Amino acid sequence: MIQVRGLTKDYGTRRAVDNISFEAEQGDIVGFLGPNGAGKTTTMRILSGYMPPTDGEATVAGYDVVSESLEVRRRVGYLPETVPLYNDMTVFDYLKFMADLRHLPNGNERVNETLQLVDMEERAKGYIGNLSKGMRQRVGLAQALLHRPEVLILDEPTIGLDPGQVVEVRKLIRDIGKERTVLLSTHILSEAQQICDRVLIINKGVIIAEDTPENLQASLIGSERGMLRVKGEADNLIKVIKKVKGVKNVTPKEEGVLEFQFAPGTDVRAEIAREIIKAKFDLLEMRSVGMSLEDIFLQLTREEQNNKKL
Amino acid sequence: MRNIWTIAKREYKVFFATPLAYIVMLFILGVIGLILSNAIMQLANNPFGVNQPPDISIVTGPMSFLLVFSIPALTMRLLADEQRMGTLELMLTAPVRDWELIVGKWLGSFLYILTIIGVSLIFPLILNSLITPGIDQQKMLSGYLGIILVSAAFLSIGVAISSMFNNQFAAFFLTLGFLVGLWFLIGIPAQIFSSGSELFNYLNMNSRFHSSLNRGVINLSDLVYFLSITALGLFIGSIVIESRRWR
Repeated sequence: MIQVRGLTKDYGTRRAVDNISFEAEQGDIVGFLGPNGAGKTTTMRILSGYMPPTDGEATVAGYDVVSESLEVRRRVGYLPETVPLYNDMTVFDYLKFMADLRHLPNGNERVNETLQLVDMEERAKGYIGNLSKGMRQRVGLAQALLHRPEVLILDEPTIGLDPGQVVEVRKLIRDIGKERTVLLSTHILSEAQQICDRVLIINKGVIIAEDTPENLQASLIGSERGMLRVKGEADNLIKVIKKVKGVKNVTPKEEGVLEFQFAPGTDVRAEIAREIIKAKFDLLEMRSVGMSLEDIFLQLTREEQNNKKL
Repeated sequence: MRNIWTIAKREYKVFFATPLAYIVMLFILGVIGLILSNAIMQLANNPFGVNQPPDISIVTGPMSFLLVFSIPALTMRLLADEQRMGTLELMLTAPVRDWELIVGKWLGSFLYILTIIGVSLIFPLILNSLITPGIDQQKMLSGYLGIILVSAAFLSIGVAISSMFNNQFAAFFLTLGFLVGLWFLIGIPAQIFSSGSELFNYLNMNSRFHSSLNRGVINLSDLVYFLSITALGLFIGSIVIESRRWR
């Protein structure tokens, strides 16, 4: 659905996007993750047909974004980061206007259906200028969904929403993503973790990692971590746990707390629990300590900086 | 064509939600009304004077003058505001060609001016009822055709200039300066310099309006001139919008 090869974009002398390549299939929800100014918006603007790249090529739904821009724009729903809307129009009139520009048959019906989808029916007759940030976001989303596009490009779709709305919008995106291709950008890592099938980590215009959120975690950590807490001293337990197959390392933390590392893909917790009971310790707590995308992100960007220094 | 009409329709409606557009309409109609009523009063006070009864140019003459100052206020917002508000990104990612956007914007404002011109038809109607045997119909048609052509050209210049700015006031003043130059000032160098005066005379919009169309003379060359200026403005506007993508 989306194919990007060697995409590069310069603003004057500044290179915003540097030779990036990736693909997304139908049914994929791909997340662009990166700090502000990493090149997320620029890439999305190129893919939405807003501006051409300096170099490289991209096809969306089988059409080239430069030479077949109109065909691309017909098949893409795009929500820009700033959520530009005509404040002097009512929600309904605005969506009807966009539906007319897309030559949708039964425009009125389609607008009403879409309003229902984003839960904005009651505000249909209200002026956009009077809406809250969260409602504007939903109108913007409705605009992107009007023509039921094959590809949905959402630039920071949950920014500015209150927590309840964030949950709703994420659910909406997941539902849409079942049949369509969704490319969304975010700098909230937990969001990418929750919604996306695949994450592209982008920094300074370069993709520095690409995988599922789970694999990114696994590959970067090399081993998974867990912690356990027992009643009383735990030092005698270290030897016991080390004997469990798959456990790599055990380190005492505070009193009664041990941290253990084990190979990714194995789960040693059940076995450890059995051994602890056998050794007559009272197990109070045990859990795995996952590495969050925050950690991964920081690690990756730090690694990249180190590589540059070398 | 469909996209142009969709955009023009929206733009036309926006004019009726904008106080400035009403002010422009009242300004044009009010000033012409004053001039006309003044002329009628004079005629009534002195029915056997040497003054000829007013003809249609008492409406179309001042109107062309007022358009120079009114049209920049109508066009300044058209694209500059889209850029300031970011809604241009919306238009440029919708399946709409750049020139369709420009022509749609122009058409919306043209329809608004046509509405003002339509309302102003009450003046010739009043005049017609006062004068026997009525006003010169051909002169009236030609004068109004002139006003419509001048409006089309002015609006297209305004749209082109609006597409270059994020700030509508910058667009306003540049458009105003441009129209004042094209309407009032361009005749001056033609009088001063002997060489090149043909070019200045050719471009002089004022004389094309006042010495032919507003006198009941319809020349093909004038029609071509006004339509060319209109097309050129729309072309430049489209180019500017397209070039925005490459920045």
